[in-house]
Amino acid sequence: MCLALPVQVMELLPDNMAKVGLDGIFKVISIALVEDVTPGDYLVLHVGYALAKIDTEEAQRTLALIREATLGGAA
Amino acid sequence: MKYIDEYRDAKLVKDIARQIEAAVDPARSYHFMEFCGGHTYAISRYGLEDLLPSNVQMIHGPGCPICVLPIGRIDAAIELAIRPEITLCTYGDLMRVPCSNGLSLLKARSAGADIRMVYSTLDSLSIAEAEPNRQVVFFAIGFETTTPPTALALRFAIAKDLANFSIFSNHVLTPAAIKTILENSDVHPLGPIKIDGLLGPAHVSTVIGTQPFEVLAEEFNKPIVVAGFEPLDVIYSILMLVRQVNDGVHKVENQYIRAVTTLGNEKAKCEIANVFELRESFEWRGLGAIPHSALGLRSKYAKYDAEKRFEMVTPAAQDNPACECGAILRGIKKPSDCKLFGKVCTPDSPMGSCMVSSEGACAAHWIYGRFRRQGKADESWRTVA
Ligand code: SF4
Repeated sequence: MCLALPVQVMELLPDNMAKVGLDGIFKVISIALVEDVTPGDYLVLHVGYALAKIDTEEAQRTLALIREATLGGAA
Repeated sequence: MKYIDEYRDAKLVKDIARQIEAAVDPARSYHFMEFCGGHTYAISRYGLEDLLPSNVQMIHGPGCPICVLPIGRIDAAIELAIRPEITLCTYGDLMRVPCSNGLSLLKARSAGADIRMVYSTLDSLSIAEAEPNRQVVFFAIGFETTTPPTALALRFAIAKDLANFSIFSNHVLTPAAIKTILENSDVHPLGPIKIDGLLGPAHVSTVIGTQPFEVLAEEFNKPIVVAGFEPLDVIYSILMLVRQVNDGVHKVENQYIRAVTTLGNEKAKCEIANVFELRESFEWRGLGAIPHSALGLRSKYAKYDAEKRFEMVTPAAQDNPACECGAILRGIKKPSDCKLFGKVCTPDSPMGSCMVSSEGACAAHWIYGRFRRQGKADESWRTVA
């Protein structure tokens, strides 16, 4: 039950709610726990609430770092 | 889906596995505990253990909130739910956990108790609003991830003046559990357990940040890498742990930097602090009583606290003596060491809590791990680029 998923914000709704999408499925969730949400943002969704924003630059940097680690390969 | 598929690149996963193979010192062994059930699930589902050199071993930890909740707490919830005026709301995972007298929440519901599965605390508030004549109790469970949603539900209930809503809090704290495991790793009566480093929880850390783990890494000389839940996150974090062990360092590193910061989510932490206070002590299945390891409602919210409002008592309940969940949650035994595994205990008829949630070590091993030797692990992800 700790599984949480990245979702993308489609639309901001009143009362700190937002419509989000995940692979063509749409859901209304609470964004009361995160600051400065705008449509297009990616959020970590857990039990109906966004817990964090996904930092897209850091996401790319992590991937770049991992790819780098496989270069200059050993073995 | 963005931020999922990219982290399931099978070729990269295998490349990193080769890096691990090249990095390990063949003269020593590496034992890493994944605290979180989410990691246990990923390791089983993607067959990551098969990609690791034989001297790198993963130990499943207690990070599944369903698995660590003692039976007595569910017994207490059932006792409450059978009262005619009560509607008990809870997350679906809890429904099938076997408790005393052959009961479970699901069986109690079949016998007439008003127990409803909800996806979110918001659903339980809607029920309380729609049915003012019922006493709606939210059976709250989980680590730091599910705690802010419970805290917000209480705040909303107060704002809406919902007099028929209350919370049965079973929220527990990750750092306290990790500390207990590390403190007792050499001396526990069930046997010693070697831990060279830890995969730290990802989503818990979105809330509390990486900072609370720093003192643990320091005190116990163990590297901790906060790791995301996709296969590439997990395997790369294992490489980060191997490197720390080789270098003789014990830092907290953040692999899941795309969602986790050092201090976490201040807003969420604030919501928790406003509503909850530390319990002196709380009983964990498999780990025993751990001081300051759980949260109860602050006394100013006593009228929303189901334990006080309905004078609930937690009966002392015995686990099934043949079930090895306790040793499995401590990382001392593996699911296949349990005599009941796959015989009388399966996800369809679980005997212990570790077989209930997909993040439980027994369920994860039953669904994916047991096929490993027959080459039937979930291979579908490997085709995703
Ligand atoms: S297989 Fe079933 S009975 Fe055995 S430890 Fe796991 S949950 Fe308990």
